[in-house]
Amino acid sequence: MLEKVKEIVAESLGADIDTLTEATSFKEDLAADSLDLFEVVMAFEEEFGVEIPSEDLEQIATIGDVIKYLESHK
Amino acid sequence: MLEGKVAVVTGASRGIGKAVALKLAKDGAAIAINYNGSREKADEVKTEIEQGGGKAEIFQCDVSNFHACENFLGEVIKKFGRIDILVNNAGITRDGLLMRMSEEDFDAVLNTNLKGTFHCIRFAARQMIKQRSGRIINLSSVSGVVGNAGQANYSASKAGVIGLTKSAARELSSRGVTVNAVAPGFICTEMTDVLPEKTKEEAAAGIPLGHFGKPEDIAEAVAFLASEEAGYITGQVLCVDGGMAM
Repeated sequence: MLEKVKEIVAESLGADIDTLTEATSFKEDLAADSLDLFEVVMAFEEEFGVEIPSEDLEQIATIGDVIKYLESHK
Repeated sequence: MLEGKVAVVTGASRGIGKAVALKLAKDGAAIAINYNGSREKADEVKTEIEQGGGKAEIFQCDVSNFHACENFLGEVIKKFGRIDILVNNAGITRDGLLMRMSEEDFDAVLNTNLKGTFHCIRFAARQMIKQRSGRIINLSSVSGVVGNAGQANYSASKAGVIGLTKSAARELSSRGVTVNAVAPGFICTEMTDVLPEKTKEEAAAGIPLGHFGKPEDIAEAVAFLASEEAGYITGQVLCVDGGMAM
């Protein structure tokens, strides 16, 4: 799952996939604004068939958080 | 000019919406014709577009309903695969003096004209930001720009559309989506036909160009804002009103 998540992040935010780790923060490391975050979440929703409500976005700051979230909402 | 593009026009069975649908189809766009009550009129618009060699599909939806709009725009994307142009035209009037206006008449106009515009942007913008391009054109009104006695509800809804237009323009600008408003003045449609003759004469006297406009006058402005050439214009209100608001 980490690889797939990294792929999506790299594609959505135009980041270099080799620099991404579980610790990568969307805002701090990738300078993502709220619309960027919306887009990347939209891509996760489509790829993994989940719905991530706005209020849950607070739990998601890093790539590791995404994986944790997706695993607990399978 | 709009070949390969998909345009959604709400309230497209009559009046300004119909003129916009026909014009965008003439420019080459495939049209999603939305209507709420007038199925036969919507069929006529579809037929007219197809006779002109264009492509159109009909979608029933009451735009004041949030979830109905989600379904409606989802269906459009399923059918056409994309949305390039959204024209939020569906609108109603419930005119009356402010002090006699019922809460129901106020809410009904706000729900269709303002919330309806929000709903459609809400569910179309997601597709547009994915495409990294889009044109949203919202129908406001001169009534929303300068106010109009007897239209507290309508002018509030149309002024609201202007605020919504500007906020949406700022939110979506980084993704290549432009959002503008067109503010018609008095245009010859069923909406203005019902006005008393005397009111119409008085209205015409207040128009610098001296007469009511045609739905086609609005359609031309909308088509311009929908074009590639208008790509550097966003967050604006284009008054097409014979000079009423300057």
